[in-house]
Amino acid sequence: MSVTTLSSPALALRQPSWLVRLFDYKPFLIVMCLAPAIGLLAVFLTYPLGLGIWLAFTDTTIGRRGVYVGLENFQYLLTDPLWWGAVFYSVFYTAVATFGKFALGFWLALLLNNHFPFKSLLRAIVLLPWIVPTVLSALAFWWIYDPQFSIISYLLVDVLHWRSANINFLGSPWPARFSLIAANIWRGIPFVAISLLAGLQTISPSLYEAAMLDGASAWQRFRYITFPMMMPILAIVMTFSIIFTFTDFQLVYAITRGGPVNSTHLLATLAFQRGIAGGELGEGAAIAVSMIPFLVFATLFSYFGLARRKWQQGEGND
Amino acid sequence: MTDTVTQPAAVANSAPDTMAWDSGLRRMMMIYLPLGCFVLILLFPFYWMAITAFKPNAELMNFRDHNPFWITSPTLAHIKHLLFETSYPRWLKTTMLVAIGSTTLSLFASTLAAYAIERLRFRGSPYVGLGIYLAYLVPPSILFIPLATVVVQFGLFDSPLALILVYPTFLVPFCTWLLIGYFKSIPYELEECALVDGATRLQILRRITLPLAVPGLISAGIFSFTLSWNEFIYALAFIQSGANKTVPVAILTELVTGDVYQWGALMAGSLLGSLPVAIFYSLFVDYYVSSLTGAVKE
Repeated sequence: MSVTTLSSPALALRQPSWLVRLFDYKPFLIVMCLAPAIGLLAVFLTYPLGLGIWLAFTDTTIGRRGVYVGLENFQYLLTDPLWWGAVFYSVFYTAVATFGKFALGFWLALLLNNHFPFKSLLRAIVLLPWIVPTVLSALAFWWIYDPQFSIISYLLVDVLHWRSANINFLGSPWPARFSLIAANIWRGIPFVAISLLAGLQTISPSLYEAAMLDGASAWQRFRYITFPMMMPILAIVMTFSIIFTFTDFQLVYAITRGGPVNSTHLLATLAFQRGIAGGELGEGAAIAVSMIPFLVFATLFSYFGLARRKWQQGEGND
Repeated sequence: MTDTVTQPAAVANSAPDTMAWDSGLRRMMMIYLPLGCFVLILLFPFYWMAITAFKPNAELMNFRDHNPFWITSPTLAHIKHLLFETSYPRWLKTTMLVAIGSTTLSLFASTLAAYAIERLRFRGSPYVGLGIYLAYLVPPSILFIPLATVVVQFGLFDSPLALILVYPTFLVPFCTWLLIGYFKSIPYELEECALVDGATRLQILRRITLPLAVPGLISAGIFSFTLSWNEFIYALAFIQSGANKTVPVAILTELVTGDVYQWGALMAGSLLGSLPVAIFYSLFVDYYVSSLTGAVKE
């Protein structure tokens, strides 16, 4: 394919206009190639990130330029029970949902790593929850969690007769919290499973053969081969998962909007409620900025905590 | 923890010479049964969504007389209501426009960036790559408030153009990273040959590297398209007028009215809003899975 294309460049060589030469000048070309990407990221990512931190120290509201107020926003947040509630639920939500996603996702990956008919079809189906817009599947969950016409209540009450009354999934704090976590786990399993499946497939079968010759049981093969070999990928996938679970917004906003009695606010939904819906841009930005330390800590913890194991076990960096 | 659950039966008879784990019943219990449960649970919300979309209201609200898992008299009323009595077609069009626009923009930007980082190799190129990658770790939840003020400053508030320009912030890092991986897999010798023959760098990119990277471009394109179709928080914060909303936002803010939810119409809207990505995805599922896993392996 490439061989056929090589004849034409000679044409350009015969008439090297200054423009062609400019575009062949490497430093210029590098700048031109990087400009669109770097430009977009600088204007719409780096600048807003800085602006957000600045806004957190001002009392800006929608339609009014704020003035610098120092740490006032943060001091207010520290005395705000709603903020503490959001911090608690964000951490709880992230911890439980991440644990659930990885336990079930790893299990699903191990299952999918077997040989059976229609494997690629099944792999495709399993990814569906991750493809479909989160808000739309969240709506489906909202309907599944309906107090009156919940299909789960129907199953438990009318079919199985395990309970006598419908479950009020979203009506009181703790059931609502766990319902949201269940929906988040449901949405997160496919990504974890497919990523880990990719990792499982890179493990050389000869390792298992050697272990089986040495008489290792299935559990030992899992514990001493699969698990350590998966560490690098687990570290990366978990870092991503923690970041995006902690800063989740859509699921909570779609299903409960932070209720009942503000018990399911995540920091992101609280920031939206105060910043955009309530118009207090400065305070909303402060809430958003307060997520950063948690994120940095979680990233460092999951990345280094897991990645360190890799070199301890004497494997090279691949 | 559940990882251990997959193996306990094997621990029970750990005599290594019995290769009995391949026996039929065992296989059934250990693989097919849990796999079946997973598929059932992962797909159930979609089934529920689909079946609700075609149910008449009478069946929807009466589980005693109608089996909720099936429809006795399917109806298109919800879909008709959605298409002809709301601005749903308009929302679909806006979403499509935004998704295609931002995908094109980010493919353009990230192809050039990936080429510069991977093939033009300059001092510090790994750091530029790392910097772009780190941008992916900045979640939209932190950015949407300051971005809203930036969007207002640019006079783009309430315009789909704002979304087209903002979505690349999370698309470009991902696509660049994916394409760097693809460019890496293309033999450098091909480009050297072309250089010897007197091709300019841009000609090499256009005639040699890009044609060979088509699978990578397709994966990046699918990813960008689905991600921008699904995006919610920016669309919610930057778009105010009902007509300019994207499907996910519009369903939640325009169709959820009052205290009595129109579940039939809501589910029909969700179903129709999910279909384009689902179809798009099913056409390119292999690219999708390979790019997802490839990006993680990187």
